[in-house]
Amino acid sequence: MSGFDLSAILSNPEYVGMLVHGLQMTFIIFFGSWSLAMTLALILLCIRFSPFRFGDRIVAAYVSYHRNVPTLVQLMLWYFGIFTLLPSGLSGWLIDHNAEAIFAIVGLGLCQAAYFSEDLRSGLRSVNPGQMEAAKALGHGYLSSMRFIIMPQGVRNALPPLINHSVSLFKNSSLALVIGASELTHAVKEIENLSFQTFEIYLVGTVLYLVISLLIMAVGAYLSMRLDPAWRARA
Amino acid sequence: MIGDMITIVHDYWLLLLIGQYPNGPLGGLANTIILSALAIAFAFPVSILMALARLSKWRALRWPVTGLVYVTRGVPLLMLILWAYFLIPLWTGADVPSFMIMLVTLVFYQGAFLSEVVRAGIVALGAGQMDAARALGHSYLGAMRFIILPQALYNMIPSMISTFVATIKDTTLGYVINVPDLTFAASQVNNQLLTQPFQVFLILAIVYYAICWSLTYLANTIERRIAKRRAGVVSRPQHAVMTQAKIITEQP
Repeated sequence: MSGFDLSAILSNPEYVGMLVHGLQMTFIIFFGSWSLAMTLALILLCIRFSPFRFGDRIVAAYVSYHRNVPTLVQLMLWYFGIFTLLPSGLSGWLIDHNAEAIFAIVGLGLCQAAYFSEDLRSGLRSVNPGQMEAAKALGHGYLSSMRFIIMPQGVRNALPPLINHSVSLFKNSSLALVIGASELTHAVKEIENLSFQTFEIYLVGTVLYLVISLLIMAVGAYLSMRLDPAWRARA
Repeated sequence: MIGDMITIVHDYWLLLLIGQYPNGPLGGLANTIILSALAIAFAFPVSILMALARLSKWRALRWPVTGLVYVTRGVPLLMLILWAYFLIPLWTGADVPSFMIMLVTLVFYQGAFLSEVVRAGIVALGAGQMDAARALGHSYLGAMRFIILPQALYNMIPSMISTFVATIKDTTLGYVINVPDLTFAASQVNNQLLTQPFQVFLILAIVYYAICWSLTYLANTIERRIAKRRAGVVSRPQHAVMTQAKIITEQP
């Protein structure tokens, strides 16, 4: 290593531009797939709690597939496989609209939905059934007792695993590199190729990932504190 | 389409299973299994040492290891692989095969995750075990070796299997530095065929699913058995605090 020089990268507007662009793409993939995953997870949860056995089986199969196949393989199946099966009109539109990022969002989102729905389910199941009976006895309807009694407790229980999985979703957004999305890791590798300052640029990339992951963990810790009845009683 | 997949498996099963082994490096599924088995075998002692360091009363030992665990929890595995790919040849000055680089990265990464499981297992046992062992004349290390770890590790067997599954799934990332594993073999097949990417990657997904599903099933069976056995042996209510140390789930 010929001298550690961070400023050569951080003062080069071209490199900084690439980093910012990569960071933007990482955020787009993260928030896109997070929203998709949460929406899907709620739908899966409703199917699971509905009385139809058949829907239950389907959701179980969905969760099992997405938990037992590596995320990278899922992404490859989407981008290299399913992409080629789409009708040409749709795939043409996708190519015009950054197909790599869209498939990263879809692939990661569908995968994460399985984890989120399981987190929420175990959170809700951990609420004592007596709570529902007590709420009904106090005159709440089903929806109202869900809204005011069950959900607040269930979400509080589900919060720690949800935060953990949000962090790993953020980390997994780096897998989009393999299907060619221009996110942060991609930008880091490109700058490395241009500057040959491998150590410095890897350090910058690592610190960026670490800071954002720790921020997500901190937000999670803050949320669990806010939802804690002891804290709320004191405030 | 199923016919196409059968043809692919029929034509390329040897490549998918062992790579180009007699004529080249071992690859394919065999390499995936060997890589993950070695990774978990080395990560296990590393994780115990890291857990003991995190529970240590010396800050000089506790803080650096805690920092290390947070770094591995907060940085994508892909980034760590890139670091190892850059640093290991630089330090050793030798041409290190990508298999070794992946192995070192996985040991480090899974060791950090597993150390959280071990730590949780030790903490879940409660301080009374250590006090009792010390009162009986064991030293700290002796108590750890003969009293604490055997109990904690036994309770952790299901989590260990989950970590093994996670490791198998992690080995796919070796694709980025061309580790000749199953994913690599599948993409070779895909490059030779060119026309049936969906079928090839579907086969890949099915193989991974079969392996990981069976291991998860095994973990659940053992977990139930351990829970039953513990319920049978210790029925006194104060032992209810010995809850299962659950893995901090990580899905790559």
